[in-house]
Amino acid sequence: MKLNLKTIGAFLLMGAISFPVYADLEEVNVYSARKEQLIKPILTDFTQLTGIKVNLITSKADALLKRLELEGINSPADVLITTDAGRLYRAKEAGVLQVSLNDTMKKRVPEHLRDADGYWVGLTTRARMIVYAKDRVKPSELSTYEGLTDSKWKKRICIRSSNNIYNQSLVASMIAHKGKEKTENWVGGLVENMARKPKGGDRDQIKAVAAGQCDIAVVNTYYLGQMLNSNDPKQVKAAQQVAVFWPNQSDRGTHINVSGIAVTKAAKNKANAIKLIEYLLSNDAQTWYAKTNNEYPVIANAPWSDTLKNWGEFHSDALNLTQLGNLNNEAIRIMDRAGWR
Amino acid sequence: MRELHINQIESRHQNTVILNQISLHLAAGEIGCLLGPSGCGKTTLLRTIAGLQPITQGNICLGEQTVSSDCVHIETESRNVGMVFQDYALFPHLNVADNIRFGIANFSKKQQQERIRTLLELVDLSGKETRYPHELSGGQQQRVALARALAAKPQILLMDEPFSGLDVELRESLARQVRCILKAEGITALMVTHNQNEAFAIADSIGVMNAGELLQWGSSYTLYHQPNHPFVADFIGQGVLIKGTVCSCSQVHTALGNLKTNVCDDFEPDEQVSVLVRPDDIIHRDESDWQLEVINRVFRGSHFLYTLKLDSGEHVLCMSQSHHDHEIGSKIGVKLEMDHAVVFPLQQENTT
Amino acid sequence: MTKRINRWSILTTLIALLLTVPLWVLVSFVFEPTNDNWAHLSDTLLPVYIINSLWLMLGVTIGTLLLGIPTAWLISQYQFFGKSILHWALLLPMAMPAYIIAYTYTGLLEFEGPVQSALRTVFETQTVNLWFPEIRSLGGAIVMFSLVLYPYVYLLARTSFANQSQSVMHASRTLGAGPYKTFFKVALPIARPAIIAGLTLALMETLADFGTVQHFGVPTFTTGIYRTWTGFGDTTTTAQLSILLLVFVTALMAIEFWSRKKAQYFTGHNQPLRKTLPTLTGHQSLLAFSVCLLPILFGFIIPALQLLDWSINVASTQLNSEFFALVWNSFSLAFVTALITISIALLLLYVKRAQQHTFIDNTVRIAGLGYAIPGVVIAVAVMIPFAWLDNTVDNWARTHLDISTGLLLSGTLFALVFAYCFRFLSVALQSVGSGLSQIKPSMDESAKTLGANNWTLLKRIHIPLLSSSLITAFILVFVEVLKELPTTLILRPFNFNTLSVRAYEMAADERLADAGLPALLIVITGLIPVIILSKLIGKRHA
Repeated sequence: MKLNLKTIGAFLLMGAISFPVYADLEEVNVYSARKEQLIKPILTDFTQLTGIKVNLITSKADALLKRLELEGINSPADVLITTDAGRLYRAKEAGVLQVSLNDTMKKRVPEHLRDADGYWVGLTTRARMIVYAKDRVKPSELSTYEGLTDSKWKKRICIRSSNNIYNQSLVASMIAHKGKEKTENWVGGLVENMARKPKGGDRDQIKAVAAGQCDIAVVNTYYLGQMLNSNDPKQVKAAQQVAVFWPNQSDRGTHINVSGIAVTKAAKNKANAIKLIEYLLSNDAQTWYAKTNNEYPVIANAPWSDTLKNWGEFHSDALNLTQLGNLNNEAIRIMDRAGWR
Repeated sequence: MRELHINQIESRHQNTVILNQISLHLAAGEIGCLLGPSGCGKTTLLRTIAGLQPITQGNICLGEQTVSSDCVHIETESRNVGMVFQDYALFPHLNVADNIRFGIANFSKKQQQERIRTLLELVDLSGKETRYPHELSGGQQQRVALARALAAKPQILLMDEPFSGLDVELRESLARQVRCILKAEGITALMVTHNQNEAFAIADSIGVMNAGELLQWGSSYTLYHQPNHPFVADFIGQGVLIKGTVCSCSQVHTALGNLKTNVCDDFEPDEQVSVLVRPDDIIHRDESDWQLEVINRVFRGSHFLYTLKLDSGEHVLCMSQSHHDHEIGSKIGVKLEMDHAVVFPLQQENTT
Repeated sequence: MTKRINRWSILTTLIALLLTVPLWVLVSFVFEPTNDNWAHLSDTLLPVYIINSLWLMLGVTIGTLLLGIPTAWLISQYQFFGKSILHWALLLPMAMPAYIIAYTYTGLLEFEGPVQSALRTVFETQTVNLWFPEIRSLGGAIVMFSLVLYPYVYLLARTSFANQSQSVMHASRTLGAGPYKTFFKVALPIARPAIIAGLTLALMETLADFGTVQHFGVPTFTTGIYRTWTGFGDTTTTAQLSILLLVFVTALMAIEFWSRKKAQYFTGHNQPLRKTLPTLTGHQSLLAFSVCLLPILFGFIIPALQLLDWSINVASTQLNSEFFALVWNSFSLAFVTALITISIALLLLYVKRAQQHTFIDNTVRIAGLGYAIPGVVIAVAVMIPFAWLDNTVDNWARTHLDISTGLLLSGTLFALVFAYCFRFLSVALQSVGSGLSQIKPSMDESAKTLGANNWTLLKRIHIPLLSSSLITAFILVFVEVLKELPTTLILRPFNFNTLSVRAYEMAADERLADAGLPALLIVITGLIPVIILSKLIGKRHA
């Protein structure tokens, strides 16, 4: 009897203390798929600058998207931040976003890095580049993503699992440019040339190249950047054993993706949300991302970090990123069929 | 089945002597019983025979084989002893047949079936093969435990308080049944109990233990009539000790008069001694001139047990037929009917 | 009397129903037509997922039994050097999240790791990596899961072994069975329900894991579930796959249940637990010590040292007040959830005990199914009904009262704790249930005849007798919540962060060194109750 009362009491208490309290002060609520360590500092700066309080939940993009969908018009979220364009596309399709891009934003950010209808905008760019073992591979041997299926790379390529969104996006971009059939052949060829079953993250692929388990790897730029700037001398050493190659420079350019932001349909603090987006597109914020995480700014005049400068300028794929979201399902199916685990 | 020899064994647990210089012998087919109060070491003795407890001195032989000594310790599983535990220790995950089968796994399937059938018949549980232990009554569980212990035709059967979990009615009848079964199979057995009626019902020889020592080993008749230790006298049957003085080799003087005895080897004349008086040594006769005062009485159904006061102030017990109903405080006539008085060195306190 | 009992039954059924709403939500998806994602999956990867999951289950079964049973046997049957510490230290690996131990061993055993580097120096060769076993593999995953999940088997088997009547073992010896046969034919079968209960928990956790298998590149059934959701954004197929997983787990449990048939596994007489255990000396003592140390060494000490090594560099910068807030959040959340979950488990089990009714039995069984569902699926299945309820209430209020109530429950700690309760109820049910089964109805009756009312009965008989299983249940749920990641990550409210989320976010960003400190603190926070409470249990049994 008593235990039961206790239970009910505890439930009620939990309910009471956990009641969402929305104060009147100026605030903006953020659902972020960017990890806390890569968003919180910049949000703190925003609060200091504007006095607008930022409430943050970081989670997985799909969970946040689902949460937005289910919460509907009552969702407390004002903005959604993701680390790939595909999820923003999916959010737009699900009808949980609203048009928010103003002319200033459009002017600052190139067209292919934002939604054509003005629902979302990219915040930073990351490229999916090829890294190679300096001692075993000559850059002249490398050319394009397509070239990775050449038999000379048999058992020499490391790349992570097809669960990873950046690989899915890469394949999606391939479909957009080359069509399904050629892409499926390409994925099959790539799987043939893999040195090992996909495992670990992008850093692990770089380490594997350094360790001699494979000779080239396909990774996102900032992972190599993080390793080069790591406190751990072993990571730095591994990263220094590889060099960067920008594929497809003579044709469409290296595949890129963006982290991006959008205002939710249910936003109750739309004005503040737009202020936040504007701040994130400001010189300060863009520089911070370049410096802290070696991501490429989306605005033209933000300075790059030394690491980025060392890798040099490259020609990036101007494919509209909306396509990546559009073709994501198809990309996964192709990878599944071709046996990319 | 073999004979059991136990010679001068000692067992210690953390420097405490649990068994002290114990010797006993069971002939093949004989049923022995160890009696004694809780903590006297009787279960430990049983466990040393089973090999569940090591000994520090002496030796235990089953037939020709020394199974335990200070340097030999045959493991329990190699001794082929059967044991029935106080809580029966039936395997809860096995049914009756499988419990019995456990010890005879090396038999052929057919032999196993045959043995199980015979044993269940013997313990009167035919048809209960597929029951699980928790589906049986206490008495049935006890009999399964017995059947299981007998299955492999052990050299000796050890039973640790096998009836203690049962009600009194069941105890004696089951004890008699078990005796029949053991005799039918011709099994050497040693049982531990603290209940003398059980012991009398089942055993050929009985040993009384106290504080780690085996005080006396003999037939129930001997233990009752010729106890060699006051503790034995007290533990087996009822009785009191009264003071006496040795007159001669064959006579001792007490408040009951001069009693016939045989103490030539043990006592000097004029030595103060204690003399055992059993309730059946003093018979109630209404017509007797010798009148004693009733101090207390207990109705026992078939008889009354009176406590009477002697002239010396000592108390004795007297049994009478149940229709001889006398008030406390009244005097009743008694008659002494004692063959041989049992005499012990003088005891500090009278026991009752 | 009957009327009162019925009221309890209805209450219990209601609570069980409410708690299992997420399950019903998932079940409701089964009735939706399958889409072409199903066809695609079964054509391509589903067989791989299933085969990998089966291998993983088989491996983890062998691994957890090999580690859990011998240690439980030694600790429960013998005295030997170091036992007083080992008997609780064997629980420590439980505090180590599987994906964290996976990261630490990857760090230790990879090419630049200390082990391979040392081997290269010793053998003066650069080719160590060619023959060195690859930790990121199915075998590696089996080892990782076994190392952190064996404590479930150990804990439940230890209690069972310790409670077994000594005379049953002795009976077996007198019937000609040596120590080995006695162990395998008597002690082990009698402990079977406890061992199976522990194993079930270990396997359900294995099946629900995503982080470890993902890192090791071993696609399992749960990988499929994640992928269907994150890749295709297909909730329906995700739910259908989860139900398939549940059906599989339920079938396994049913097979085990029926194979037991009528055999009952408690030993009839409650013997005093105070039995003198044989003391091992010399080589035997050393061997027993080593057998028990090994799982602690590999499941706890080595990974914890690796975490410590990672943490030391960053501790000065990261250990600030914000970090202590993380510790406090994690601790209080785990504490409150453990209390609530155990209370619910107690209520369900008591009514089940009083009723002896198949319907109630099954209700309780279903209420305990949450553990086999991957955390992320539970999170979504909790979000759906809460959001629906909130929006319906809001809609009604807007129409009738012209006010907006907003989201009342969604995105609150209540929803989070609710999800935990559903997910971890099974853990509480298993351990409290095994404790309750030891209290025979005759004890209730004898207490009643001595004038005890229900409350006195509970306070003076049941709680003291149940205390060690309640403590066990508390530790298990506490540590589970502490480690839990996907549910927390998905359901947490604004500005609410925990240690496991922090550890994950660092690790997912491939910043293992930065993940070290929060991971180490999860372990330390988990240690506190493990140590305190096992001391308590120890005292009670001493």
